[in-house]
Amino acid sequence: VEAVLFFVAALGALGGAIGVVAMRNPFYGVLALVVHLFSLAVLFLLLTAAFLAAAQVVVYAGAVVVLYVFVAAYVGGQTESAWEPIPGQRFLAPLLGAALFVELSVAVLASSLRAVSTDGPDVAAGFGDPAALGNLLLEKFLIPFEASSVLLMLAAVGAVILASRRGVAEEASAPPVSRAEHGPAGDGGAGGPFERFAREERSASGDSPLTLNRRVASEEGPAAAPPTTTPS
Amino acid sequence: MSIDWYIVLSALLFAVGAMGILLRRSPVVILLCLELMLNAGNLALIAFSRMVGNQQGQVFALVVMVVAACEVVVGLGLIVAIFRRRLPLDVDELRELRG
Repeated sequence: VEAVLFFVAALGALGGAIGVVAMRNPFYGVLALVVHLFSLAVLFLLLTAAFLAAAQVVVYAGAVVVLYVFVAAYVGGQTESAWEPIPGQRFLAPLLGAALFVELSVAVLASSLRAVSTDGPDVAAGFGDPAALGNLLLEKFLIPFEASSVLLMLAAVGAVILASRRGVAEEASAPPVSRAEHGPAGDGGAGGPFERFAREERSASGDSPLTLNRRVASEEGPAAAPPTTTPS
Repeated sequence: MSIDWYIVLSALLFAVGAMGILLRRSPVVILLCLELMLNAGNLALIAFSRMVGNQQGQVFALVVMVVAACEVVVGLGLIVAIFRRRLPLDVDELRELRG
């Protein structure tokens, strides 16, 4: 039973991985990643890592894949150009991948690790369950645990800053000529919330930043140029 | 199943992920392939921890999962920022940082 389960899960993991690489549309690639992750969770269960299997399903299939799905849907299907910076890249890459696989397999299987071709020692019933891992994590590995929590916090803050709209709005008002044309409204924050919202909507609909600024400036006209008449 | 099956499978998954990074140009797909490679590393860590009969390898795999989640969040934030600036989503065209 264990061997059958292993081969089914291994085929699922491998098929999912190849699907990620081969799918043209990133959206389908993400769906193939879900198959891969669930198969890996089964493999983790076979290796008596129950907590990690649960974490794999919750963290990856629950959180990370949702992020990927949103970004893939937001970015949309981009067609990759056929231009190759290195000639013969399409044939070289699978060759290098196969070479890497052979090298890794030889490095592990031909090593002096005798235990690698056994089933591993018999372990107690609590091997890899949340209580055991929690004890290890909070006693022996407390400092890496805290460091990873700090890292998660930094990543969350960094992602919010990276993906926020403020950077784009500032860049859109960057040319000094257009800023002089339409006065303080060009700072991106002083134009009132509605105008800023409208500008962002317009920038989302595909204008380039430069023409966008010109259009805003021409719509406002010279009447909006003095600072006293800017709408609040 | 003996441990070496898991190790060979992990090597295979890692090679597939590396091949994907070499082949594809979309940054989203490259991040997906990075996920594949990190997961292959996790599988090897857990297989070796089973081989030794020690749970510390599983803690290591858990930390790798955390780092992978951070990397995904920052990478996807970068992709969204690139897309908002209407730069091409193609790692061969975004090469200004190359010396």
